[in-house]
Amino acid sequence: MQNKLWKPFALLTPALSAVFFLLVIPIGFIVVYSFWLRSPTGADIAAFQFGNYAKFFADSFYPSILLRTIRVSLETVLLCLVMGYIPAYFLSHSKTKNKGLLMLLIMLPFWISFIIRTMSWINILGDTGLINHLLIKVHLLSRPLGMLYNEASVLMGLLQYLLPFMILNIYVSLEGIDKSLLDAARSMGCTEWQAFKEVTLPLSLPGLSAGCLLVFVLTAGTYLPPMILGGPGNQMIANLIFARVIGTLDWPFGSAISVVLLTLLVIIVWTYNRYLGIAQIFKVLQ
Amino acid sequence: MKLSGWSLIRFYTIMVYVFMFAPIVVVMALSFNPKQFGCFPMSGFSLKWYAELATDSAILNAFKNSMLLGACTSVVSTTIGILAAMAFVRFDFPGKNTINTLLLAPIMIPEVILGVALLIFLRWLQQPKSFALLVIGHVVLTLPYVLLIVQARLVGIKREYEEAAQSLGANPLQTFKEITFPLLAPAILGGVLFSFTISLDDITATLFWATAQNQTLPVKIFGMLRNSISPEINALGTIMVILTVAIPLAAGYLIRRFSTRAL
Repeated sequence: MQNKLWKPFALLTPALSAVFFLLVIPIGFIVVYSFWLRSPTGADIAAFQFGNYAKFFADSFYPSILLRTIRVSLETVLLCLVMGYIPAYFLSHSKTKNKGLLMLLIMLPFWISFIIRTMSWINILGDTGLINHLLIKVHLLSRPLGMLYNEASVLMGLLQYLLPFMILNIYVSLEGIDKSLLDAARSMGCTEWQAFKEVTLPLSLPGLSAGCLLVFVLTAGTYLPPMILGGPGNQMIANLIFARVIGTLDWPFGSAISVVLLTLLVIIVWTYNRYLGIAQIFKVLQ
Repeated sequence: MKLSGWSLIRFYTIMVYVFMFAPIVVVMALSFNPKQFGCFPMSGFSLKWYAELATDSAILNAFKNSMLLGACTSVVSTTIGILAAMAFVRFDFPGKNTINTLLLAPIMIPEVILGVALLIFLRWLQQPKSFALLVIGHVVLTLPYVLLIVQARLVGIKREYEEAAQSLGANPLQTFKEITFPLLAPAILGGVLFSFTISLDDITATLFWATAQNQTLPVKIFGMLRNSISPEINALGTIMVILTVAIPLAAGYLIRRFSTRAL
């Protein structure tokens, strides 16, 4: 056994070095850079000070964006739950012949570029978009209604991006439920609704909560929908990082904001893992 | 009572599907609108914007970049992924679960962080942004997915098949050619096409890594959005949707054919 041990590790070396050198070390660099200084000329000066963090928490501007990120992420989770549970339930209980097609359609958005899915909402919600066009045509409106560049339009983009994740997670959980448990509940006198409430819903909670975690983490780290569908008041923390790193080239401050975001997500994932276990998420991906 | 409840559920499901696909369908429809601005009402059917795309050298360049990037990414990512998957499927070793989680970790890390991290590392190495950065970055992005897909396919390949071939007198090369490779082929194909489409579609991290010379198609679309929403964007979007949807569908079909033939 001992002399055969080198074999798996030889096979793993490329993958492990890729993740180590291109992920672990670079993320370490973010942490290191977050303590550095930026000179007035724009050069980075190696240092160990908390000025970038102090700047973040100095007034309410940056913390309010952090809070908005958390709020919008929670709203997205909630909307995904409301919109996603019933389709997942339908997919798992339906006896339709088109089930294969419906499952394929749930996977399809994963194959369509995020930028296209996001910008497509401009064609729906814009001044000359589908909704305004139809409402003006039936004379419900005389002038186009401004529906873009607010939190609602950002949520539309986020929902379209994240709904498939939620539906799939819940679906996998529902599929894992032994259907004879439902028959048992029904035969013991439960109504359909009671059977759902007492059996199906509790047993689908692992997938449901895994979906919630995934949706929260992905929302909190995204900048595209706020950037394209939102106004200045809808920017989230990832937009801040993008603006600092790509816009003003303020690497140390951009790094500090990245560390704040990463800390938030680590706390959430760690807490989740502690109480619920993270394995469910990878189960769905497979 | 029961029936009406179920039809409500079905209606709700249909509405959610409409919500998910209406915007994409509208993009596709408007791409055929000959009008100057990409908006309603439709005033006819024309391929004008597609012709426009074909003569736009910046877009053709972005297309070339995306294809080259996708090809490089998928070759590197699938090679690394298959080697690692072999280790997980074929061997038992200490720390197996930890290593597996570590290799899948990039899925849980926001792409923004990935984008910033690689850029800072590059800055510390005093290297300029380049095409190589895009390839490296996309390999990190795609590796966990390739690993998941390939691993799931490899589980089915039993050691016994190879041992049987060898006991029947095949040499190692013959064993690989006749047994291992045909069984591996669906996994390789799946890994390649999966990583190719992820690479082709990615915008969030790519926007951090791309330069004016190294624009990919999504980055180009992002740049065009800055000006106005023109029908050209809709046409380009339609082409990308068709590309990235057709590729995996073809892949799924091919994998199924390969698998049934191999077993």
